[in-house]
Amino acid sequence: MRAQKSIYFLLLLFAFSACAQDKNPINQNNSYEVVVEDLTNPWGFVFLPDNSMLITEKEGKLIHYKNKVKKEIKGLPEIYVRGQGGLLDINIHPNYNENGWIYFSYASPKGEGKGGNTAIMRAKIKNNALVEKELLYKAEPNTTKGQHFGSRIVFDNEGYLYFSVGERGNRDENPQDLKRDGGKIYRLNDDGSIPNDNPFVDSKGAKKAICSYGHRNPQGMELHPDTQEIWTHEHGPKGGDEINIIRKGKNYGWPVITYGKNYSGTSITNETKKEGMEEPLHYWNPSIAPSGMSFISSNKYGDWKGSLLVGSLKFSYLDRCELKDGKVIKEERLLDGIGRVRSIEQGPDGYIYVGVENLGIVKLIRH
Amino acid sequence: MKNLSFSLALLFLLCACNSSDKKTDKNSLAINYVNQDFSEGKEIYNDFCAQCHMPNGKGMPKVIPPLAKSDFLINNREESIKVIKYGLSGEITVNGEHYNSVMEAQGLSNEEIANVMNYITNSWGNKNTSLITEEEVSKVER
Repeated sequence: MRAQKSIYFLLLLFAFSACAQDKNPINQNNSYEVVVEDLTNPWGFVFLPDNSMLITEKEGKLIHYKNKVKKEIKGLPEIYVRGQGGLLDINIHPNYNENGWIYFSYASPKGEGKGGNTAIMRAKIKNNALVEKELLYKAEPNTTKGQHFGSRIVFDNEGYLYFSVGERGNRDENPQDLKRDGGKIYRLNDDGSIPNDNPFVDSKGAKKAICSYGHRNPQGMELHPDTQEIWTHEHGPKGGDEINIIRKGKNYGWPVITYGKNYSGTSITNETKKEGMEEPLHYWNPSIAPSGMSFISSNKYGDWKGSLLVGSLKFSYLDRCELKDGKVIKEERLLDGIGRVRSIEQGPDGYIYVGVENLGIVKLIRH
Repeated sequence: MKNLSFSLALLFLLCACNSSDKKTDKNSLAINYVNQDFSEGKEIYNDFCAQCHMPNGKGMPKVIPPLAKSDFLINNREESIKVIKYGLSGEITVNGEHYNSVMEAQGLSNEEIANVMNYITNSWGNKNTSLITEEEVSKVER
């Protein structure tokens, strides 16, 4: 009897450990070259027209990297560094050359109440300091919860600004309520004003900046190079990370429908589909903890062109998702074991650059 | 049953003792320990730590060291507080395994750090009856 029990236990243990890793095959015909050394958590980065880089460190530092020298940009707003919050994503205006606007997201303590919430600011850089700072959006209310700030920033080809705010650890109130911030993708004009064709501008009490809702924690967002659609991925609960294409006014279901479970293993819901809610284009079970996103649109990587790259914080690799007819048909691990992948960008030279925690920014090389 | 009444009586005695004598001593810490369910620390853990260290405290192989039965945590009380308070990057050896990842300071208050330390040092097979106080955390320097 005892032996039987132990065998059962061992089997169970095996099942659990097998579950812990995903089954994506490792592609070893690739490596990397460190481009920017010694970064702790390069949450976001962007290339400027002179090929220099602006890099955010989550702890609240903005770095200008030029000619192999790091210079800290001063004059940042007050940043609420707690849990997953800090200085987050960064991007530049599509007409940066003419206007010099940079856009960044951060956890801000501004406003009433203890804690913080996600904010979007734009500013220009002069003499290594931020000037002409304009707060474009500040999610409310402040909370001391440490999770789910979202924060990726993308411009579409019409110049609209999109950004994500996670549900801030309040899944029961935020994601499904249009009157509340959190668990949403937002859409603004480049100056922070609300476009008059936003989906909820006429809904009473709704936050007018909302573009889509029912999200959990989107930390990846990118414009598809061909279709020009906004693609996102988000951290789901255990086993429910998702890729979605964002469409105006749509509900992406969290926490009503999900493939995931609570971290403890208990059930959230049995439903993965429901009328009026969007199902993911792809989901990961087990969760890979996705952060950073980029499409390969250059010709530098042969037949990887058209692939979607997603960083895995949890399993420390770069996930190459091969797409066909808008679906993920194959995944494989690049840079396996490199560290927690936080951010990904295709550089102006067509190469893929990857921000890795406790390592730096590296260039992906295919052999 | 007998045991329970005995502990209750003892507890009562100790409490009585404590209220008549405000000095902090080992007894008051012991009472503290008995009465703890570590729920405040557990809430902090689930909010700030569980995503990497996992709800079962086992971490992630090669990337995130375990807290459950972690020799580092058990043997390095002050160092562990320091890691939570100020963060850690670089190499660390836990239960004979090497890790080279980064843990950032989570922005927790001293009280929250004390609560979460007491939770993790009393969960998943770990035991620590000499509880960590807010004051102790406040004295830990970089």
